[in-house]
Amino acid sequence: MPYIPHTESDVSEMLATIGASSIDELFREIPEKLRVKPGALNLPDALDEPRLMAHLWSISKKNVNMADVTCFLGAGIYDRYIPASVGAVISRGEFLTAYTPYQPEASQGYLQAIYEFQTMVAELYGMDLANASMYDGATSMAEAAIMSTSIKHREKVTISEAVHPHYRQVLATYCWSMGIEIETLPAVSGGLTDLSANSEGTSCIIIQYPNFFGGIEDLAAAREAADKAGALLVVVADPVACALLKPPGAFGADIVVGEGQPMGVAMGLGGPVVGLFTCKKEFIRQIPGRIVGRTKEAHGDKPGYVMTLRTREQDIRREKATSNICTNEALMALAATVYMIALGKNGMRKVATSTVQNTQYAIQKLTEAGATLHYSSKVFGEFVLSLPKDPAVVRDALLKRGILAGLPLGEFYPELADSILVAVTELRTKEEIETYASALKEVLA
Amino acid sequence: MSNIPEDLKYVKSHEWVKIEGDVATIGITDFAQSELGDVVYVDLPEVGRVLQAGDIFGSVESVKTVSDVYAPVAGTVVEVNAALGAQSELINSDPYGAGFMLKLKVADASAADSLLDAAAYAAEIS
Amino acid sequence: MSNTLGFRTKRMPEPRLIFEQSNKGRIGCNVPVADTPEVNLAAILGETRSDLNLPEIGELELLRHFTRLSHINYGIETGFYPLGSCTMKYNPKINEKTAGLPGFANLHPMQPVATIPGALEILVGVQDMLKEITGFDEITLQPLAGAHGEMTCLMLIKAYFESRGEGKQRHVVLVPDSAHGTNPASAARCGYDVKPIPTTEEGNTDMEALAAALDGSVAALMLTNPSTLGLFEPNIEKICEMVHAAGGQVFCDGANMNAMVGTTRPGDHGFDCMHLNLHKTFSTPHGGGGPGCGAIGLKSHLEPFLPGPVIRHEGETVIADSDRPQSIGRVSGFYGQFLMEVRAYTYLRAYGKQKMADISRFSVLNANYVRARLKEVLPPAHDRPCMHECILTAEKYKKENGIRALDISKRLIDYGFHPPTNYFPLIVPECFMIEPTETETKETLDEFCDALIEICREAVETPDLLHDAPSTQIVGRLDETLAVKNLNVRWLPTSV
Repeated sequence: MPYIPHTESDVSEMLATIGASSIDELFREIPEKLRVKPGALNLPDALDEPRLMAHLWSISKKNVNMADVTCFLGAGIYDRYIPASVGAVISRGEFLTAYTPYQPEASQGYLQAIYEFQTMVAELYGMDLANASMYDGATSMAEAAIMSTSIKHREKVTISEAVHPHYRQVLATYCWSMGIEIETLPAVSGGLTDLSANSEGTSCIIIQYPNFFGGIEDLAAAREAADKAGALLVVVADPVACALLKPPGAFGADIVVGEGQPMGVAMGLGGPVVGLFTCKKEFIRQIPGRIVGRTKEAHGDKPGYVMTLRTREQDIRREKATSNICTNEALMALAATVYMIALGKNGMRKVATSTVQNTQYAIQKLTEAGATLHYSSKVFGEFVLSLPKDPAVVRDALLKRGILAGLPLGEFYPELADSILVAVTELRTKEEIETYASALKEVLA
Repeated sequence: MSNIPEDLKYVKSHEWVKIEGDVATIGITDFAQSELGDVVYVDLPEVGRVLQAGDIFGSVESVKTVSDVYAPVAGTVVEVNAALGAQSELINSDPYGAGFMLKLKVADASAADSLLDAAAYAAEIS
Repeated sequence: MSNTLGFRTKRMPEPRLIFEQSNKGRIGCNVPVADTPEVNLAAILGETRSDLNLPEIGELELLRHFTRLSHINYGIETGFYPLGSCTMKYNPKINEKTAGLPGFANLHPMQPVATIPGALEILVGVQDMLKEITGFDEITLQPLAGAHGEMTCLMLIKAYFESRGEGKQRHVVLVPDSAHGTNPASAARCGYDVKPIPTTEEGNTDMEALAAALDGSVAALMLTNPSTLGLFEPNIEKICEMVHAAGGQVFCDGANMNAMVGTTRPGDHGFDCMHLNLHKTFSTPHGGGGPGCGAIGLKSHLEPFLPGPVIRHEGETVIADSDRPQSIGRVSGFYGQFLMEVRAYTYLRAYGKQKMADISRFSVLNANYVRARLKEVLPPAHDRPCMHECILTAEKYKKENGIRALDISKRLIDYGFHPPTNYFPLIVPECFMIEPTETETKETLDEFCDALIEICREAVETPDLLHDAPSTQIVGRLDETLAVKNLNVRWLPTSV
């Protein structure tokens, strides 16, 4: 086994130093009847490296991957271009095989990168500060909701129906276990959140920007509704859209979270991805997860970086910690850092602008092909189409023609059983959009 | 050696109390601050909160630890030391003076009589 | 004295923040420009933002920036990384290659399940192998990290008791005083009251205290086995029996699974559920603090409550089952850390039936070897064979020389090693928790032990060397008090 380097003479010398006659003897504290003989487990045979590679390759070929089809599927995970520099940086062993920077003097590289990450995420969202990342967008939002309940000392949260259904399912699980009530604001009829309900007694109003249907929500109105209820405004925002849209921070959002995957992280069936978490400065002591801060040497003047405000965390405060989260999603945060730098100010704007442009063209072409735009709201890069045929049937027919048409919505919203959610990123070309439109026309005919 | 003023009363959880009239002034001891190290944050209750003896009224944090602080006597919070918000290090530099934590209005001025005196507290921490 | 941290010369510039290197008009990637007709952005979006303060950097400068940063960062591939409880073993390169296959990396989580049979095969394959290794009836790969797995286990237990009408009554979770902080924090996250259970001088669970704490209010005991003291709990079967007799459930914290792989199965010990850290035991890279990867195992009575979707065999095929009325619901956005599961699958198949037990056998051998070599200078906290990690104490240097475990650790950095875990578990004074893992050579362990022996000599003879350590790194010890008091968590043009 190449991963275990011991020679026979190593083993005998080591056992002699230990004063044991065999490796088995080292396990003597485990009751005999609880032990299994080496090699006795019913597992598949060991594979050598070329066979292992061939085996995994053959399994991977059974999947339809997004390089084989044209992807118009979004719904929280987006087919965006990943610059080659991202892979080059995150595969460096010094980053890939490090752990949490508990020893800052030997971890300045990662700590500085995370400080840069925090800076740019806060900038994109227009917020005071960001943490070092969370597991994913869905859990990041659930943490924001729980943080709101502890800031407001209220056991209720309010969420728009136009927030990603999976995110709402994760929120429901977290809230059930903590005894927190969830109120849902309607959105399906108009495609934007109806904020007219009286949300008194709630700790926060959670709204997505752009929302699950692609619609650009009125955050000024959401801020007003939250103020009226004495609640925090929590926004789940697409970081790429925020390169172009007025950011949630500019509307006075208290906490802004999101999924960082569109910024340089492979889709990977949705994991690992990276949760973004930002808030106003006044809430920094309630924030979950790790935060990197800049300081200087204790006995010198050189600047350096450390994990800071550590007393919020589980290893110190135990059951009173702000969250049970321990690891963040450092490697994916590093990918996002490289992405934000590689594209920079101009590149991120270009990606967002191309997205809007392609989306508008797709709306035009697909409606000409016989679909109907379901909502009239402003959209960024995604929209809902109603089809005169069963959307799942249409999707499957288009998939045979090499087009992943989008997400049929009936499973999540029974009222939208005739609809499909279509995403168009900067990667889609005029030709691909036209091919989709003509194929759709044929399928609908 | 820790500084343990003779004129104060103490509890095992390392708070001190001084009762003047019906007002009890409360803080943490010199021993407690030296064990904690540099205090970086102090969490204090709101004025008006009613505390029973033994209630947690706040916490004191250093970089790597956080300790709850307990009310040695019962009473109503009439003042918290606002200076600690910006200068938590006062707890390190002057734990019995400028680094006090709060003042309680007490119903029973003799409530502290049964607490540890300086000698008993010194024995406790030795 | 060696310094293994990358290529640095005295003339090399200090790493500047990327923002200080920005120059208007540069870009680090040839981004695609849409060939669709241009649009009027204001008409489509309404108000757009005018400012966006992100850096403008060329591609070569970007790579140099991160290469420089990598040179001041320590990973397993830099050198020995004996961080206790974290299982910093070699992360095989083939895992990276398989996870990068386009048929895995380019999958969209919302694409039709019928189009991802290969992905389901990987997930169910990992589940099946982990079932056999742990002795549990079911495995789910939904949790995204270890702490997330703990929390999910407690949610299963909570749902189980609610289904039996005991939800309100059983509101206490027992946690040994030696446990990781995530245990009580995860319990609190599930609305439980946490009660500590003490540890005996021998390092075992205090059976009397446990018996006294067990009553109708107890939902679960969270037990780490082997414990955070690196010791196997010899009373484990009895403990599980006692908790079960009181109507409670027993959760196994699987942080230390590396000591058991192929040798003993927690499912056979009596546990009802456990979490695993695939990023520790099954070699997925730690990535600088995530992605973690937290599978959980459970007995069949907890199965109805599994988070969705449940990936399982149905006849000849594998399905993603979301139609489960008693499920606790989703705990994460999609299918868990799928690309990490591909890595774990690759790793499990590389070891296979024949070699799986080597993981625990050689990790325990390495830990006992380090323990034996260091016992004169850093005595073990317990006079018993350790499992995959050893707990040593530096208490005498604190008492006699004013040198703390932290000082010794910082000096180790000067010798080119990552320090072990310090000050955990909390119940051993001035402790070192050393976990060498099975992938280290005897030569590396000898160099490390020689360095520690030398440092312990320095602690007595030249203690200032330790107080000032490390002196070989880009920075000396940092002022963590200043970091908290003068919070600076993002760069602003005026903040440097």
